[in-house]
Amino acid sequence: MEGPRIYFTIPIFGGINVNETEVNLLIVTLLLLVVSLILTHKMEKIPRKKTQLLAEKIVITIDNLVESTMGKRYMAFAPYMMTLFASSVFGSLISLVGLRSTTQDFNTTLCWALVTAFFIHYIGFKSSGFKGYLHSFAEPIAVMTPINMIGIVTTPMSMALRHFGNVLGGSAIMTLLYSAFAGVSSMIHLPIPALQVGVPAILSLYFDFFGGCMQAFIFCMLTMVYISNVGPSDDS
Amino acid sequence: MNGITGPDLIRAASAIGAGLALIAGIGPGIGEGYAAGKAVEAIGRQPESSGAVTKTLLIGCAMAETTGIYGLFIGLALLFFNPLL
Repeated sequence: MEGPRIYFTIPIFGGINVNETEVNLLIVTLLLLVVSLILTHKMEKIPRKKTQLLAEKIVITIDNLVESTMGKRYMAFAPYMMTLFASSVFGSLISLVGLRSTTQDFNTTLCWALVTAFFIHYIGFKSSGFKGYLHSFAEPIAVMTPINMIGIVTTPMSMALRHFGNVLGGSAIMTLLYSAFAGVSSMIHLPIPALQVGVPAILSLYFDFFGGCMQAFIFCMLTMVYISNVGPSDDS
Repeated sequence: MNGITGPDLIRAASAIGAGLALIAGIGPGIGEGYAAGKAVEAIGRQPESSGAVTKTLLIGCAMAETTGIYGLFIGLALLFFNPLL
């Protein structure tokens, strides 16, 4: 297991490395762009094409999820949540075609978590004002202030580490299993490496596919819950 | 016992440390099992609320898993990108 390969170095500011993760993120972005263009190509008021129906279904699903989790007030977050979910799912599933998944890099998930942290503080600031924002650290009692201060750092840190650790752990287990099955097949002199091809595919379904979708969903849910917790609730 | 250098000792200790760090997996295992059992009970009592229960269960499991992931991260760090060497 090693880090992302460095493709080339841009010779400014003491050398900026362009590595596998960044290139794969660009690939994911282009892929999502193409998928979006295909799904929304020539939209009509009364949909007849299957692609438009699929696009509408996706938008309605994410809108309902955001509305039920965050409330009507935060509907503006629905496109961001869809973007986050799609980039995370595609970034994890890109490992199925042999590329290094983008979420296997701590920088990617930390970046997403920092955006979430920015929104948490921005919404808290906007909804309760400067004094209210400062006062929110002394909730529920003033003794809790240091713990709430630590929470500023630990919230994005734990979100980023959770997603990164799950993907990294899954891929480490898959790497170990591949080499283990390769060892077993060469030990019992199989003519074709049947164990190596068949068995990991089923396990990969769990570790790569299920794990990737699950972590993307959890990341989005946590983002929504954190953001909607700091702001005012719907009924107030 | 001759020929054991400092880095060798660090490598050996790191392997033991990685094993010890993964003991952190016990806590989330128990916690998530408990949460899943309670979720099954809740769905058994109120089958119509299974969607909300499942969603809450997944988020709760993710939260409970965090400490285990920290342990896993420390273990992988010691094995693959050891900062001490």
